[in-house]
Amino acid sequence: MVTNGFIAPSSLSVKDLPWQVHWSRDRCTLCGRCTAVCPVHAIELAVFRKRAVQPVLGLKEPPSSLFQVFYGIRQKTDPAYACIGCAMCTMVCPNEAIIPVRSDEADKLRYHVNRGGQPRRRGGRRNMPDGVLDRIKFTRISMLTDPALDAGRHEFELRTLLGRILPPEDSLQLLKDEGWIPPVREIYPLIIGGMSFGALSPNMWEGLQMGVAYLNEELGMPVRMCTGEGGCPPRLLRSRFLKYVILQIASGYFGWDEIIHALPEMKEDPCAVEIKYGQGAKPGDGGLLMWYKVNQLIAAIRGVPSGVSLPSPPTHQTMYSIEEAVAKMIQSMSMAWGFRVPVYPKISGTSTALAVLNNLTRNPYAAGLAIDGEDGGTGAAYNVSLDHMGHPIASNLRDCYLNLVKLGKQNELPLFAGGGIGKRGNLAANAAALIMLGASGVQIGKYIMQAAAGCVGSESDRCNVCNIGICPKGITSQDPRLYRRLDPELVAERVVDVFLAFDTEFKKIVAPLGRSTSLPIGMSDALGVDDRNIAERLQIRYVV
Amino acid sequence: MCRLFAVTSQEPQSPMMAIQALDVMREGHDGSGVGLFLSDLGGPFEEFKGAPVLSGIFSNAGLKRLDQFMMNIGFMTKYKLSIKVPKGAPPSGAPRRDIYLIRAYEYPEEWESLSEADIRHRLLMIRLQLRQMGEEEGDMIVFSFWPDVVMIKEIGDPMSVAEYLQLDRRELYARIIMAQGRQNTNYAINLYACHPFFIQGVASMTNGENTAFIPIREFLESRGFPGYMGYQSDSEVFTHILHYTIYRLGLGIEAYKHIITPLQDPDLEKHPNGAFLKQVKHSCRRLIIDGPNCVIGCLPDKSVFMVQDRKKLRPGVVGGKPGLYAFSSEICGLDAAIPDRDKSKDFQPMHLDTAVIGPQRREVTLWSQTDSLPLLH
Ligand code: SF4
Ligand code: SF4
Repeated sequence: MVTNGFIAPSSLSVKDLPWQVHWSRDRCTLCGRCTAVCPVHAIELAVFRKRAVQPVLGLKEPPSSLFQVFYGIRQKTDPAYACIGCAMCTMVCPNEAIIPVRSDEADKLRYHVNRGGQPRRRGGRRNMPDGVLDRIKFTRISMLTDPALDAGRHEFELRTLLGRILPPEDSLQLLKDEGWIPPVREIYPLIIGGMSFGALSPNMWEGLQMGVAYLNEELGMPVRMCTGEGGCPPRLLRSRFLKYVILQIASGYFGWDEIIHALPEMKEDPCAVEIKYGQGAKPGDGGLLMWYKVNQLIAAIRGVPSGVSLPSPPTHQTMYSIEEAVAKMIQSMSMAWGFRVPVYPKISGTSTALAVLNNLTRNPYAAGLAIDGEDGGTGAAYNVSLDHMGHPIASNLRDCYLNLVKLGKQNELPLFAGGGIGKRGNLAANAAALIMLGASGVQIGKYIMQAAAGCVGSESDRCNVCNIGICPKGITSQDPRLYRRLDPELVAERVVDVFLAFDTEFKKIVAPLGRSTSLPIGMSDALGVDDRNIAERLQIRYVV
Repeated sequence: MCRLFAVTSQEPQSPMMAIQALDVMREGHDGSGVGLFLSDLGGPFEEFKGAPVLSGIFSNAGLKRLDQFMMNIGFMTKYKLSIKVPKGAPPSGAPRRDIYLIRAYEYPEEWESLSEADIRHRLLMIRLQLRQMGEEEGDMIVFSFWPDVVMIKEIGDPMSVAEYLQLDRRELYARIIMAQGRQNTNYAINLYACHPFFIQGVASMTNGENTAFIPIREFLESRGFPGYMGYQSDSEVFTHILHYTIYRLGLGIEAYKHIITPLQDPDLEKHPNGAFLKQVKHSCRRLIIDGPNCVIGCLPDKSVFMVQDRKKLRPGVVGGKPGLYAFSSEICGLDAAIPDRDKSKDFQPMHLDTAVIGPQRREVTLWSQTDSLPLLH
């Protein structure tokens, strides 16, 4: 036997992988469900050989080796098939015979996931579980509010405004003169951020839409959902549910033909139009829907051939500069709906956000600004962008808000914050902290996938294969065999659960602070943090 | 808890009437300070109705600086009342001061041609300038500089302070008196933090806590109006919101309630002025108060009013008889001041109500926020 075998630089052992699949021979019934469900084919049914010495009773025959064959599960070590730890195998196993276990040391796979000179590209999240938002506490409890506000019984009006709000003097004058007053929507401050029809599976989309409609029509909570780039199913465009939808347009303009054509038949105006310039997960990068997910339906809605990757350029290429782009796009979008629909841009959190903001303050048609911090998710991005680029949302948002305060335009131009809100499960606390730092509302994406659809991805690089159409839960896949796993009705129910629970928790935060009739936007005196530098940076109280 | 009392009367009343009412409400609670706002003055100041009156506390050195300053800008003293403090020790808590000054001035000649708005502005700027001078040297505290308005504030138990300063003097009789016994709460003890607050004819005092203070302050400060400053107390913004309503938005007192505690959407939809009010709600959203507050105030036209927070978590009552009405944070205060009124007509404004007593003092006018607004200006 040759001593060097077939060992190449990229030959890895199971030990080198981030996830090891533990399989128990005793429990396995060899039903094959795990190998069938595994999205990356990390495991396969295998034949194992075993040699044993088996002495025979008696003296007639001499002891000899016995060769046995048995069947089991083998984990592949080829980097292309590395286990992603999704634990779908565990979920489908009738006998709890299989489970992925995270390696006890840093894996070696990361040095080998660039085969063919292609750096790793994944969907989902940054690999940083921590963040500032979870460290912020609400320290100003209103003891003088006696009797205290009761989160369960008192009336609350937790609404925010989306749209340009004029200074009181101007707006009352315009009202008197019957001039144009920018459209303003009163909405719930927790918004489902842009995840496109294309990025999400049809079942996921339908589930979200149904949940949103129920919240609005049955529970009176004006929850809004953004489409992301890529258009909107034609029937939704012509339905009364459009008013719960924020239409997104991005630099690829995917789906906009469909929207423009539907305009004369729209029964309702959309809630707003969001122009996407950037996303927090990969600032400066365009959108990308990889070919795996471009099936016929998606291709039809977007007006492209199926089976090709759909990159949106990083900039709106028909425009000369961001100033021009913002001004022209906002104006033409506003015009399309007769200036009845708020139009605002969404940018990625970066230290240049202030420049964009200052521009918007001078644009009378700009209806707000959405900022997506570094923890934002994405359909597909290079690893390096996801993990290392972008600006944390807390200080970016705070800078923008304080800048508006300086200009005397706070909340005239509402700021919406996104990116990693609730990534450790603390949705209400994170949202409240951002609102008190100055946000008019917050956007969530990953959180709602996790909570409403059972996305198994995590901030420590579990799963995260949303980009290649093999989402094991059927959330971000366009393959009917996969998305059939997801029941839209159940997703809708979970959406409602999430919002109701958020509402209760949010009230539990603001009531003791003595706030109930106006959202505590900019109520920074309520916040404290146990780090002097963070406190100084955010201009909140330092507490230990 | 702070105690509030305001009276509006056809006959000038002694400030002691209000102080006594505060005292009745006291019930052993802390009274760390007292503030008095007097307007529609009786006594000698009545003769100088149009002349600006300066009230404040001065050290001897401060007084000299004041005189110099006022002389330089052409103001001549017409009448003055200086309360020189008695020899004995001041009441516990109250610092020893040199002089409490109330002085009516004659406008400089060149002011005669000025418009009313100009005069308003200049008077304000002078007060702010004096305040700043005082803060630099610690030798003067200026509460107001305005025609027909006197303000006195001091730290200490209201009754002892009033006796010490002998506030029961004829010169201080007034037809409108607002008084607050202050419990020191949120911020450090500072006379500028003491209610009532005053700006350009608008005064108010509050009972409660304003949890929306920081965002409201940020909004007001960014209006570019020099008078929106100070904010040693979270309640000062109530006065400034009222000022903003009147002077910047040109709206009346009935809009004030809609600004600080707007109706909820379903109610706005039913409201006859719904479209207008929705606009007010949206554009003035940053002025919405959220804490439990009872606000009592006085308008430039000498109306006195009371409004409550959205949930009506603070006590407040208005009652009296034609010619003499009072607002009080507790009924016992009202009982002490006007015992012979028809108590069945006492009114406790609830979360939608604004109670106003106009300068004629004939009746209590009540507005509910669901009523249609009087003709808009
Ligand atoms: S955990 Fe997921 S990727 Fe790993 S073997 Fe199981 S099913 Fe396959
Ligand atoms: S479960 Fe689906 S949506 Fe969640 S991380 Fe995995 S592939 Fe992405």
